[in-house]
Amino acid sequence: MSTDLTPPTARSDAERGEPKPKVKAATVWLDGCSGCHMSFLDIDERLIELAQHIDMVYSPLVDPKQFPDHVDVALVEGAVSSEEDLEKIKRIRKHTSILIAFGDCAVTANVPSMRNSFSVKDVYQRGYFETATRRAGVPDQVVPKLLPQARPIHEYVPVDVFLQGCPPPADVIYGLLTDLLAGRKPNLTEHTRFGR
Amino acid sequence: MARQITIDPVTRIEGHARITIQLDDAGAVQDAKFHITQFRGFEKLCEGRPFHEMPSLMARICGICPVSHLVASAKACDAILAVQIPHTAASLRRIINLAQLIQSHALSFFYLSAPDLLLGLESDPVTRNVFGLMREHPEVARDGIRLRQFGQHVIELLGNKRIHPAWVVPGGVSEPLAPEKRAEMLAALPEVTGIVEKALEQFRTVFDQFREEVQTFGRFPSLFMGLVNDDGGLEHYEGKLKVVDDKGTVLEEGIPPARYAEYIGESVEPWSYLKSAYYLPIGYPDGMYRVGPLARLNVATSVSTPKAAQEFAAFKQLEASGPVLSSFHYHYARLIEILYALEKIDQLLNEPDILSDRVRAHAAPNNLTGVGVAEAPRGTLLHHYKVDKNGLMEFANLIIATGNNNLAMNRSVFQVAQHYVDGEKLQEGMLNRVEAVIRAYDPCLSCSTHAIGKMPLRIQLKAPDGTVLDELVRDSDGKRG
Repeated sequence: MSTDLTPPTARSDAERGEPKPKVKAATVWLDGCSGCHMSFLDIDERLIELAQHIDMVYSPLVDPKQFPDHVDVALVEGAVSSEEDLEKIKRIRKHTSILIAFGDCAVTANVPSMRNSFSVKDVYQRGYFETATRRAGVPDQVVPKLLPQARPIHEYVPVDVFLQGCPPPADVIYGLLTDLLAGRKPNLTEHTRFGR
Repeated sequence: MARQITIDPVTRIEGHARITIQLDDAGAVQDAKFHITQFRGFEKLCEGRPFHEMPSLMARICGICPVSHLVASAKACDAILAVQIPHTAASLRRIINLAQLIQSHALSFFYLSAPDLLLGLESDPVTRNVFGLMREHPEVARDGIRLRQFGQHVIELLGNKRIHPAWVVPGGVSEPLAPEKRAEMLAALPEVTGIVEKALEQFRTVFDQFREEVQTFGRFPSLFMGLVNDDGGLEHYEGKLKVVDDKGTVLEEGIPPARYAEYIGESVEPWSYLKSAYYLPIGYPDGMYRVGPLARLNVATSVSTPKAAQEFAAFKQLEASGPVLSSFHYHYARLIEILYALEKIDQLLNEPDILSDRVRAHAAPNNLTGVGVAEAPRGTLLHHYKVDKNGLMEFANLIIATGNNNLAMNRSVFQVAQHYVDGEKLQEGMLNRVEAVIRAYDPCLSCSTHAIGKMPLRIQLKAPDGTVLDELVRDSDGKRG
């Protein structure tokens, strides 16, 4: 895996005393609960410091609507659960240097995969027939189709870094990002674990 | 020629959705819809598992308001155990629920909506976000971060973890409050209370600059629903569900949560994974009601803490009579509730038995069904479980705050689109206004459908045969193409 986010040109710029160009970062949320994104925000005021070094080019927190042509590092939360998730993860992989499977749902499919022991039809049956009092039926206009199972990201595209935890603690997320920014190879196994 | 505008995804909301706006032959807005694009199936995937796992499992519906799910779920489990939990346990659950209200409201107000309010609804979309706020209004950004941090830290002190703590359990909580943790919370309260008071002062003048939005951002008659306490006052943990109409007439003084199904219906919309809740006695769609900060202040007749009570009195003056009808005022209501939550936490921490070690009732399942209701930051949240005699889950129905607001959010999008969308021209500020009205509701789409979906923003004017007549695309740098 590549862990150096500093482009060679930037290094020579830095040697000449010029400011480094900011790292282009993205955060994406597939079939998850947003808890990993919230844990990222739990770095609190360190977010201000981090914003000196990264440009958040795509994220639920900012307004650009299209995944950019090039992103240096992308944190992807959640499992791949719908046809839309699948399209998105393929596009993200194609345009991202370092793809981080962000949290247990991205790494193992975790809670979303608990629906895998039922058929999609049975899951819909509970949600849109048994608990509806009007117009029971499966929504099928505009909304994307569910895949038969919720699966982890690496089953569809290669992943560079696996960051486990439900959610990964804020300090570990901050440590990982600062390691990557400094060109250090992150060691995650000592700092977090599944379900923590 | 009929045409359609699509906004996809709606950003700076807690979850992902798309909006479509239908234009008629003359370019006038005919209809507008708010689509939620993901479905996770928690009501089914819990089946066969022990009921006591539910608080921790259901918390995974949402990382923004996991504590609301913990609390509503644990209350449904209390009902299955058929126990009354110790007073101290109830007070501790109240504190963690209020702490989450603080952090979630701070996120909604300062991180997601303040960029619209301070940088402007028509400002550059590339910097119209919390990072832009850090540059232009660093103090406001820091205040928002500090408030959210305080809420999260109280959750961590009580539950040992900021997100998905396992501390709220059937029968109470798993561990009493340690004296040094209580002292730490009490010590921080004056500073953070000062931050909210300052924000209320500052934003009073900012809100005044949005007169047009106050009139058009979801200002329409609807019912309002929320928990109230025995005195009819603002309540987030216990009590009964009160429903009032747009004139303030009380339709329901107190629905017992266990009988929710006689009062709340859920309609499926074929174009959204989010069901629309409605008040059954009036029917669909006129039984549309709103929940959340605005609705809670509308149904309450009093607020039990002194500083928030003063703001509550000012809030009630926003309309000459009856409930406050504009959804723009969700923002103001949110700030008032943060102030209330801080004062209430102070009161609760000063209860004489708050450090008691009697915090959990133990029992086997004694009822085969249980309903738990709590006020989540975004509004009324209801969990209904059925178990077999061994306590294994057979059925769950979840009615989520955002589902309660679904009809009203759709109506609001329609209203804003009618006012600001001119079919002849597509403008950035107009599009952001359609999104901004959704932000006012602070919808938690992760919760409501249990997740999300996202694609590039591409607004197209299409002819009925699919021909693209006009197109607006934001490129990867967020610039308009």
